[in-house]
Amino acid sequence: MHELLIAPFVEFGFLRRALVGCLALSVSAPVLGVFLVLRRMSLTADVLAHGALPGVALGFLLAGMAAPALWLGGLVAGLVVAVGAGALSRATGGREDATLTALYLVALGLGVAMISMGGGGAMDLSHILFGSVLGVDDWALLLMASVTTLSLVVLAFAWRPLVLECFDPSFAAAAGARGGLWHMVFQGLVVLNVLSAFQALGTLMAVGLMMLPAIAARHWAREVSGMAYAAVGIALVASLAGILASYHLDVPTGPAIVLIAGGAWAVSVLAGPVDGLLARLLRRGHLAG
Amino acid sequence: MTAPRNPAALRLDNLTLTHGRHPAVHHLSGRFVPGSLTAVVGPNGAGKTTLLRGLAGLHRPEGGRVSAEGEARIALLPQVASLDRAFPIGCLDVVMQGLWPRSGAFRGISAADRERAVQALAAVGLGGFERRPVGSLSAGQTQRLLFARLLVQDADILLLDEPFNAVDAKTSADLLRLVRGWHGEGRTVIAVLHDLDLVAREFPETLLIARDPIAWGPTAEALSAANRLKARMMAEAWAEHADPCGRAA
Repeated sequence: MHELLIAPFVEFGFLRRALVGCLALSVSAPVLGVFLVLRRMSLTADVLAHGALPGVALGFLLAGMAAPALWLGGLVAGLVVAVGAGALSRATGGREDATLTALYLVALGLGVAMISMGGGGAMDLSHILFGSVLGVDDWALLLMASVTTLSLVVLAFAWRPLVLECFDPSFAAAAGARGGLWHMVFQGLVVLNVLSAFQALGTLMAVGLMMLPAIAARHWAREVSGMAYAAVGIALVASLAGILASYHLDVPTGPAIVLIAGGAWAVSVLAGPVDGLLARLLRRGHLAG
Repeated sequence: MTAPRNPAALRLDNLTLTHGRHPAVHHLSGRFVPGSLTAVVGPNGAGKTTLLRGLAGLHRPEGGRVSAEGEARIALLPQVASLDRAFPIGCLDVVMQGLWPRSGAFRGISAADRERAVQALAAVGLGGFERRPVGSLSAGQTQRLLFARLLVQDADILLLDEPFNAVDAKTSADLLRLVRGWHGEGRTVIAVLHDLDLVAREFPETLLIARDPIAWGPTAEALSAANRLKARMMAEAWAEHADPCGRAA
């Protein structure tokens, strides 16, 4: 048991860093994921991840594989796409999903073009896309921890207006809740958390840890706060198990964590107390009142 | 509930509210006296909902203006609730959203505030519904829930858009009692209604509107046969090729 679960972390610093980074991510990202699910924006995080690509590409062209450059470039691009879509769609009357799609496709085309022009090797590209456990150095860990801390602090204040804006946007507008502003703050947090996940999980599957636990959580709770707790719990377990699986089975971390989170989702759909499939099949008769 | 802090009048100066370039409310001027209880009536498409949204600050005037005298708090009960019934939230949490104007994002909600929310639920006949998910409520219960949220908002001016649509007789009677209570406390209440018998019985003032204002004053006069006929003659469809309006903006 000890060999399996504890020894790898005792032995290898990079595994410890990866674990701490992913645990930090698991505390903030899934909460954002819950809100994305409730706003029917489940694909947004993935779209934002792709939208960040030109920034990452530009950073790569200018500074090689230096993580801070890639990260900064990705941040700028991601924020432009995220906040830009929100602002633009509000100014032109709704349909944020369409505006977001337009912006991200342009960004993605730009990013791919830049990478192929810059002549980056396939090796570098696969690291960027799939991530690796080795990808979390001290700098990256500091980044991930900072993003989580910032996210939690902001969420503490943004919680009420976000729930209000999600649940009853007209009332929010009439009560002067500035839902649009909080929405853009929220989008900014999503970008930060997705970029934070790039380090360990790679750009292709970074959103897995944000979305899968959140989607699974709706089968475990009937209120938003309960969903948030459930999502965080699932993400923490998936992070730990995913990193261990990645080490023992020699699989990149991105797919390892995502597959375990996916397994948790499947279990939730089947056996979750809220809207679970089994609950439907095992009818128990009805109550008297 | 306590009396509102600011007896609040609402004044309209030559107000025009449009959808695109077509007027929904056309050159409306007047004043809702503090503490008045006014019914807004008119045919479908007369601009009543648009007017209420304009008064609440949700619809920018194309011409003229709306001003609330004093620092009045305005609350709106919309005609069709825009709320997401699939959202995982309980009734008490919805009622506590009425505290937003005072708490904002940063201030805490005290035990006393929470207790007020619980009492508001009881006042609308939804006592015991605190943890029930919103999605499990019927239309009438949802309407009562929204009234409870309105109660907690403690507003000086209350705008109600067809508040008794699709609710049963008992619920209407209960909600009407709440409206009378607000009026008794000196709050200004403006309600869009279709039931003219109800208006004649309960509402001292009436604004009869059919895009252009037809009458605004004591109910018996405003709802005279002549005025009602004029209102009925309003054309519901927009004039596709209307000329620019020549009246003073």
